[in-house]
Amino acid sequence: MSLKNMTITPGWEKYMTKEYIDLVERGPYGKQKKVSEMGSFKEILEEHPMCAGCAMTLFIRLTMVGLPNPEHTILIGTAGCGRLALTQTSIPFIYGNYGDTNAVASGLKRGLEVRFKDQAKDVVVMAGDGGLADIGFSAVMHSWFRKERFTTIMLDNEVYGNTGGQESGMTERGALLKMAPKGKLFDKMDMIGLAKTSGVAYIARLTPTNPTRVASVVRKAVMIAREVGPTFIQAYTSCNIEYAIPTPKVLDDARDIESKRYGFMEIISDEAKAYLDSIDTAKKAKKE
Amino acid sequence: MSDSAGVKDVQAGKAAETKSAGDIELSAGDRQKIVTPEYMFFEAPRERAFITGSEAAKEAIRRSNVDVAISYPITPQSETMQQVGSLWAEGYVKEYFRGEEEIGVMSAIAGSSRAGARSMTATGGPGLMRGMEVIASWPGGRIPAVLLIMCRVVNAPLAIQPDNVELSYLLNSGIILFHGENQQDFFDYTLKAFIISERPEITLPVAVAVDGFFVTHARGYVSMPSKDIKLPPRDPYAEAVPTMDNENPPARLSRDAPIQKSNFISYQVHASWQQEVWAANERARRYIDKYMGGLIEVVNPDAEIMLIASGSAVSQSREAVRQAEEEHNTKVGLIKVRSLRPFPTPELRAACKHAKRILVPEFNCMGWLHREIVTALYGYSKAEIVPGPRVYGGMSMPTEMILQTIFPEKKFVF
Repeated sequence: MSLKNMTITPGWEKYMTKEYIDLVERGPYGKQKKVSEMGSFKEILEEHPMCAGCAMTLFIRLTMVGLPNPEHTILIGTAGCGRLALTQTSIPFIYGNYGDTNAVASGLKRGLEVRFKDQAKDVVVMAGDGGLADIGFSAVMHSWFRKERFTTIMLDNEVYGNTGGQESGMTERGALLKMAPKGKLFDKMDMIGLAKTSGVAYIARLTPTNPTRVASVVRKAVMIAREVGPTFIQAYTSCNIEYAIPTPKVLDDARDIESKRYGFMEIISDEAKAYLDSIDTAKKAKKE
Repeated sequence: MSDSAGVKDVQAGKAAETKSAGDIELSAGDRQKIVTPEYMFFEAPRERAFITGSEAAKEAIRRSNVDVAISYPITPQSETMQQVGSLWAEGYVKEYFRGEEEIGVMSAIAGSSRAGARSMTATGGPGLMRGMEVIASWPGGRIPAVLLIMCRVVNAPLAIQPDNVELSYLLNSGIILFHGENQQDFFDYTLKAFIISERPEITLPVAVAVDGFFVTHARGYVSMPSKDIKLPPRDPYAEAVPTMDNENPPARLSRDAPIQKSNFISYQVHASWQQEVWAANERARRYIDKYMGGLIEVVNPDAEIMLIASGSAVSQSREAVRQAEEEHNTKVGLIKVRSLRPFPTPELRAACKHAKRILVPEFNCMGWLHREIVTALYGYSKAEIVPGPRVYGGMSMPTEMILQTIFPEKKFVF
């Protein structure tokens, strides 16, 4: 929510909780925080009910640091583990129906554009592989075809984690999971390829192994969505429970998967590239 | 138009603003004068036009100051949202697009309404059923929006013909539901739906249904105020739950959804939330009375035989009432149900006190209105409540069919 609305009415400071005062005084609103500063400011997401060692939670925390304008950002999620953390962020969060994220985001973004001509409002979808590639597939694809101006972030743990470990379209072929008692019989869906085909302006694939990169990719994706067109981030955020990854080995697993089949990849349209360059040029000019 | 107290001239202010902003051209919508709902509904001079139901809906939307309209085709609705598209092209509606299918459309409406934008869409039959998961969640989300419904067959074997069984699925959703008789109702109810939907103490979606083809594709006389006026804009900050625009503190509903927890507090939260949705639905009564002339209309209130109907069945019943009096010398009463949710339970109990026989003509097979009426009158009326007559699957209802039910001893040909 905008900083103006968070600011405590004079005289009421003593009634507010420490966490709230910290959020107003030492939160990331109105200034771009860096990953290296984590621990020195009140983060948008600190407490959450996710499993110990969950890579998805780490990724979401880094995403929150990367948001270029959190005070004017609205998050949209759907059923899945991610929303357990997203509901605990200090950013308005819409939790609608199953697989509706990209349709809700389309309406929300357009409604906000009608009402706020002079203030950019960033809309960010964060949902799981099941929510985006299976049940929400049609809404995702059509939001891309229509060139809706918001960011879609897939928290890809390659399984329905929240319902107890069933196969999803993003599961690797052969994986033994619930509802795949003989192992998954078809390949992992190529959402990157589909994003490319449907003309997404900025596409990134990554794991949480490089925190600075996560924040930087998120920042780029949100900025490009604001000015150019749809953006998509597909992030490997393993489920250490369903894939039986020992808690201390979660990042080792991420590095391993990254080296084998989930390497960092960025696809950027010419228009998006030109836009990013123009920001850089403006920044440099300001410094000089 | 006269300079009535109800008319607020914002055009002068707007023009000045625009001038200082530079070369922005005024849209057709910007050139409309904002008037109070009361002026629009009751005082503005009206002219009569001979138009279809789809055109009546279009003309209502033109005057409703709509921000976002989202379309998806389905017979017999398609024409309406096509025409709303023309309104967008002309500048009367600010944003418009064709969604991917009804789940997408209803979800996008939930998004645009949460953004604080006045939002509307239309569907019918299988489209309504497809969107139902989302529509059923609008009331709990306290989503003010207007949904126009053009009823048609929903069940297999596939047919596109009129049949209003679909409305029964909405009765338990929490949505406010009006059922229009004709083109005039479709125009008036639609305009009023926006204002009722956005009342702070209501903050609920409103559906305005008509029977497909009979109303949508047939012409009727519709008296309408000038297209140079429009309703006041939505004020999202006055509503029951905060708008998700980051300009006010967000709704706690999203952050502490009951699904997050499994304990008695979460059950209590969900239970009281549902109670509040239905209480808000009931609070619409006041505005239905004020703006729509009440939840019911009664013709021949003293008659011992009463017909109770909604939608197109009302028109057929009106004619049956006339024929019963003129050709069979019998006074038959008629109750038109305008609002299905909230349901006019106290009104029906009062209006049926003296009735000996009640007939419920319906355009669907299972008779949902009959069930509603039986429930409402149980213990309050000694009348026989006849289930029917009914037609469905696209059939029309000859008045002789209603007369046959009124006069079982006579023989009518139909």
